[in-house]
Amino acid sequence: MSNCLSGNEAVAYAIKQINPDVMGAFPITPSTEIPEHFAQYVADGEVDTEYVTVESEHSSMSVCVAAEAAGARSVCATSSCGLALMYELLYIAASCRLPITLACVNRALSGPININNDHSDSMGARDSGWIQIYAENNQEAYDNFIMAVPVGETPSVRLPVMTCMDGFITSHAVENIELLETDAVRKFVGEYNPENYLLKKENPLAVGPYDISPYYMEHKVMEAEAMKAAKARILEVAAEFAKISGRHYGLFEEYRMEDAQLALVLIGSSAGTAKAAVDKLRENGVKAGLIKVRVFRPFPGEELARALANTKAVAVMDKSEGFSANGGPLFAETRSALYDLKDRPYLIDIVYGLGGRDLKTEDVEEVFGRLAYITVTGETGPVYTHLGQRQRRR
Amino acid sequence: MVTNDMVEIRWHGRGGQGAKMACLLLAEVAGLEGKFVQGFPEYGPERMGAPITAYNRISEKRCTIHSNIYYPNYVVVLDETLLDSVDVTEGLKEGGAIIINTPSSPAEIRSKLRGWTGKVCTIDARRISEEILGKNFPNTPLLAAVIKVSGALEIERFFTDIEESFKHKFATKPQVIEGNMATLKKSMEEVQVG
Repeated sequence: MSNCLSGNEAVAYAIKQINPDVMGAFPITPSTEIPEHFAQYVADGEVDTEYVTVESEHSSMSVCVAAEAAGARSVCATSSCGLALMYELLYIAASCRLPITLACVNRALSGPININNDHSDSMGARDSGWIQIYAENNQEAYDNFIMAVPVGETPSVRLPVMTCMDGFITSHAVENIELLETDAVRKFVGEYNPENYLLKKENPLAVGPYDISPYYMEHKVMEAEAMKAAKARILEVAAEFAKISGRHYGLFEEYRMEDAQLALVLIGSSAGTAKAAVDKLRENGVKAGLIKVRVFRPFPGEELARALANTKAVAVMDKSEGFSANGGPLFAETRSALYDLKDRPYLIDIVYGLGGRDLKTEDVEEVFGRLAYITVTGETGPVYTHLGQRQRRR
Repeated sequence: MVTNDMVEIRWHGRGGQGAKMACLLLAEVAGLEGKFVQGFPEYGPERMGAPITAYNRISEKRCTIHSNIYYPNYVVVLDETLLDSVDVTEGLKEGGAIIINTPSSPAEIRSKLRGWTGKVCTIDARRISEEILGKNFPNTPLLAAVIKVSGALEIERFFTDIEESFKHKFATKPQVIEGNMATLKKSMEEVQVG
């Protein structure tokens, strides 16, 4: 079914097709349209979902935690400071092993107050125990949300999943999209039948009680094992999804990487813009390629190292600062992943696109120019820099 | 991928004039015609009357670029007063055109275009809209004008498809569809090219 939808409309439609038991709903730009469109489906009787409007994101995630613990499939959508306000609950959802699905429409964090896109919100939550899957466009946002449900609910995984798309750039842009039939989606996600839940009278249990030192660590190790297990499950679910959609997904996408000597590693809509730059450079004989990281948690470190093993110079592009004074979060992960390679490529980090600063194809070409220079001179220069900002007056 | 068969359009308007809606409607209709499309507004502090920008890409192949449009083929200006404060022809490609909502003729308005020597099109969107719809909705006339001037879509097909979109969009107030269709047709006839 071909159509033209914005990213927000696409995700709202995916949620309608999934028909979850509960949605915790609280608006925040740019994710507001997701609960807004879904509210219409609820009002029109097109879904059976219990739509719970609350007074904050802390509460919308609390609703999801409680509902999921009670055995109900729960979903949520938020952005930026909304995700930040959920922070406490994100850890609770993950550690209670509650496979909630959350659409995170990426937006900069305050301050200064800014409504536009970067990845600082979800990157801030990267260590919360949630699986994180990022989309390049509306199609991927739709597909990822549908795939997130069976990934999270798998007994060996049982972790919440955050599907991320770029605020405004993806959420508010109308583009062509292929939608699945609702029956196919319902069949794909299946019924949610957790083995144990609060209201199961045969096996009453408590969720989220105090965990004393002799047991807390065991539970954390189990959670870490679940995150490791998620990697294989994500690929299995992607393979099943390809059968019903014809669209193929991996942990990351390799674009023109076969013989690439210069490569980018980046996330989200910018990867699409960078693909156009790669095409142009290829026409001029430059062996350029890129890797679009789709799954950031669990991080595909070994796979990424293999994919970059034959490159000469790599620029990791971070769309969030991180303030580590040592590069952004994607850089930290990528550089760590490459450590075990025998011959490592030169590696630099470029922080870009903060608070909606546009990334143009020319900017990407400039980055490749820098990589080419590095391979010729053998000098990386400053390893961690920013791209596209005005120069400060001195 | 930027190819020669891609049409890029930049809309300039003021918050509340419907530039975003026209842009999204154009994307929807072009999509119905089997084109690959993008329609996206540039967001900032949202307030009535503030200058806003919106963009369209229409192509035969899916365009993966997700940056703003810096070198448009066509520029649409919903509010003549923006010519004083915004460099609307910035980056406008040679061989392209600018379409302005104004009662003035192309020759009269050209002096305000900071040296743009290419095609200038004008349409009195306010008058047309007020005559037919009874209110100033400049976006519908400008949408018709850009379809006519750009040739991006086949005109007969455009009318059929947009009527479908209106039926969907105005499901709760179908009485406005006829007026909007009449506005589109009248605007196509009235657009002046200079």
